[in-house]
Amino acid sequence: MANVSKEYRIGASQGEGMLRDALVGGAKRLLGRGTARAQHDTVWALKGVDLEIAKDEVVGVIGRNGSGKTTLLKLLSKITYPTSGEIDVRGRVASLVEVGTGFHNELSGRDNIYLNGSILGLKRREIEEHFDAIVEYSGVGAFLDTPIKRYSTGMRLRLGFAVAAHLFPDVLLVDEVLAVGDAEFQAKCLATLSEVGRRGHAVLFVSHNLEAIESICSRTIWIDRGALRMDGPSREVIAAYLKETAQANTAIVDLSGAEGRPGTGEARFSAMQFLARDGQPLDVIRTADEVTVRFQFEAFEAIQSPYIGLSIFTEFGTIVTHPNTFSAGFELSKIEPGKHTVDLHVDRLPLMPGRYPLTLWMNRHSDSESIDWLEQCATLTVHSPGSSVFERSLPRRTGAVLLDAEWRLVEP
Amino acid sequence: MSRLAEIFRSRELLYFLTWRDVKIRYKQTLLGAAWAVLQPLITMVVFTIFFGRLANIPTGGMPGPIFYYLALLPWTFFASGITNAGNSLITNTDLLTKVYFPRAILPSSTILAGLVDLAIASALLGVLLPWYGVTPDMEAFAWPLAILVLVVLTLGAGMLIAAVNVMYRDVKYALPFAVQLMLFVSPVIYPTENIAEKYRWLMLMNPLSGIIETSRSAIVPGRAIDWGHFGISAGIAGLVFLVGSAYFYRVQRRFADLV
Repeated sequence: MANVSKEYRIGASQGEGMLRDALVGGAKRLLGRGTARAQHDTVWALKGVDLEIAKDEVVGVIGRNGSGKTTLLKLLSKITYPTSGEIDVRGRVASLVEVGTGFHNELSGRDNIYLNGSILGLKRREIEEHFDAIVEYSGVGAFLDTPIKRYSTGMRLRLGFAVAAHLFPDVLLVDEVLAVGDAEFQAKCLATLSEVGRRGHAVLFVSHNLEAIESICSRTIWIDRGALRMDGPSREVIAAYLKETAQANTAIVDLSGAEGRPGTGEARFSAMQFLARDGQPLDVIRTADEVTVRFQFEAFEAIQSPYIGLSIFTEFGTIVTHPNTFSAGFELSKIEPGKHTVDLHVDRLPLMPGRYPLTLWMNRHSDSESIDWLEQCATLTVHSPGSSVFERSLPRRTGAVLLDAEWRLVEP
Repeated sequence: MSRLAEIFRSRELLYFLTWRDVKIRYKQTLLGAAWAVLQPLITMVVFTIFFGRLANIPTGGMPGPIFYYLALLPWTFFASGITNAGNSLITNTDLLTKVYFPRAILPSSTILAGLVDLAIASALLGVLLPWYGVTPDMEAFAWPLAILVLVVLTLGAGMLIAAVNVMYRDVKYALPFAVQLMLFVSPVIYPTENIAEKYRWLMLMNPLSGIIETSRSAIVPGRAIDWGHFGISAGIAGLVFLVGSAYFYRVQRRFADLV
């Protein structure tokens, strides 16, 4: 793709046009009145995109909703055409914008395999050749001659993907097909997609499932408001994307302005930071990362033996863990007035991907009254570690804790 | 030429879409494909009773049922053809916006499916003709020729309507109305020779007139084919096809954005 742009008209004139408008417009032009063409609001779905993809690359495409990802795929598959710029695709292209495109409710599963296959660009001979494999993959064998209007959503989905899995195009474009279906189906789709990539076909995979992208795509492009924002190794691009979107962790949490904090106020937390090994703020925290949590507080008077602690909760409010200086036997002894910094170092963060509300406190053990108490003052967002920790992708419900353990087979 | 080559490469899709149209048309119906025969047959009976017997409109010296049926075969094909082809793009929105294939396949497949209906309905001639003692002579070879011109005309008009329909949904309302009017300006219920000489040229402008008259003259002996009339109709049909397909190809890149 070289400098490709796509402009859409927005407003009433798009789509449901009325002949009347065209007639009135034409009459105005004839009479020499008004502008030749009414002014329309336009929006650039894509602007100046340059992209080159090799024939054996599996490339992920990420970006917010409406950023132009789907437009990119539609342009590449010639469903729609660029307003300007050049697109050159070599080889047979198959686009999978939806699973089961062109399925007809009244037709049987068998008929729909043929219909859908030929719509996706398969030759009749190829469909016949792979027919048994498609049926087996779909698992709807027993209902092959039933009209698919009697199929469940899951069955339709499996049948549709089964046909798609047996396309052998040079370029495969996939758009969010994984947004639907159960975990088992998703895992199967992902395995198939990466298999297609291994066979030496180019795959462009649009998804909001960043974990899926990271596990099967070596390269990822980030489309932002129609422009190519970043292009590079998946891990880096996804980290940058997470950092920018709201999903990112706040590496430096400013607590000086926090309100509604009970406690005597002899000292106040001013900030909490998440730092990497090299001391840089950690914007994207992943399971099993090395993390240093830095607590900064200011004492307004001398305090005898305070304890500080951090409570980590699940989103459902269950406490996951509760590291604190008291239990650890870490004595702060006497704190002088002024600013202080305490680090909590975690070698291998044992939290599974998810969001964890944090509560921060400082107490004196001798009396139960707290000095500072920040109830759920921040949220720690933990991202999937990708292939560095787990061999395969995680099921949807991951739980909260990464157990440091290994499996062994004990011979009888 | 590259357009034809592209359609040729997608001929299997054309085949499957046609097959889909044929297969689902009479799904869950009791009579199935018999409908393809029943529609023109019942229309023929009604025409014979009302226009022939009651209104006494002349039938060009042939048995009324033969006169009407030979006109209804091309007429039914044309009427359902432009309706189905004209709606083929907007009824397949999901295909247009999700997959690439030569867009002309959609109107073409509906025309081909209509051709299957025409073939089934034509089979009834095998009963009707002997029944009324009509034995076609050598001129019958012109019948397939008339059908060919009919297909070209219907496809051309269908593509034009389909393309306009994507942009202006007014077509949806205008089309059934226009088809109804077309019936009266085509020589379906009356023979062309009944038109006053000075208005005959108007009738010649309607390419269906030459097709319908040739359909009759080719089958019924003793009625010579008016090759001049047929030639004009074939020429106009060709023109309609050129204009329709040229317009279709000119705007087809925008279909997915507009539909």
